Amino acid sequence: MAKLPAGTLYRGKVGMWSWVLHRITGVAIFFFLLVHTLDTALVRVSPEAYDAVINTYKTPIIGIGELGLVAAILFHGLNGIRVILIDFWRKGAKYQNVMFWIVVGLALLLFIGFAPRHLAHVFHWNA
Amino acid sequence: MVTIETPRSPRSRKGAKWEKWGWLYMRASGVLLLVLIFGHLFINLFQNGIQAITFAFVAGKWADPFWKIWDGAMLWLALIHGTNGMRTIVNDYTVRLGMRKFLNVTLWVVCAALVILGTLVITTFDPCIDPSVNQLADLAIHCGK
Repeated sequence: MAKLPAGTLYRGKVGMWSWVLHRITGVAIFFFLLVHTLDTALVRVSPEAYDAVINTYKTPIIGIGELGLVAAILFHGLNGIRVILIDFWRKGAKYQNVMFWIVVGLALLLFIGFAPRHLAHVFHWNA
Repeated sequence: MVTIETPRSPRSRKGAKWEKWGWLYMRASGVLLLVLIFGHLFINLFQNGIQAITFAFVAGKWADPFWKIWDGAMLWLALIHGTNGMRTIVNDYTVRLGMRKFLNVTLWVVCAALVILGTLVITTFDPCIDPSVNQLADLAIHCGK
């Protein structure tokens, strides 16, 4: 078996998979943004039109989908800071691996803080 | 078929400079968007919650110019950031130059249309546009009806 090249930032390691995840989450967020701009634009049509469309965001299936959206935004945003640090911080490339796990940890922490409260809103588990 | 015309000819200076500004924009807008979008999610989805999002909620927010500027900045920065990101992906995966051109032009046309639409919506927003009976109480504070 061929020996894997050592010391590369990207191929087959955290550097590559964070890049893949950054792309996938970026594309997903982009398409949501297109839809979200259009649904918000309905406030210029009528309150009924806006509320009718926004109500679909309050259904269980879309409500759970919003968890995925928030998870994608948390990762993409925090990993973006990691990318900036790799580019501009002198020791960025050296610590990119550790920073990836910090990004994952922070995103997970924020997600755990968000998810139960959002699900409570979606499913009307009012305290 | 892909033809490589003149090997070793460097890319134009102008193109390289333009790409540098694009690269820088992704980072600068990214930092701002982190604050704007995390704040947007915290207030709308965490504090108020998805069930509280209604026309009256938006009217309440946009009664304050602060949130109009916040949302307008989000609109411009995010759409241009997202479109430029999609352009990078198109440039990576398309093979034929015609297809690349077509996809990139489509992306920027959609981006411009949505930025213009969103800006008009924010700047011409009218909370009293046509208040429904069940929202009159919520909206009274904004349009005095």
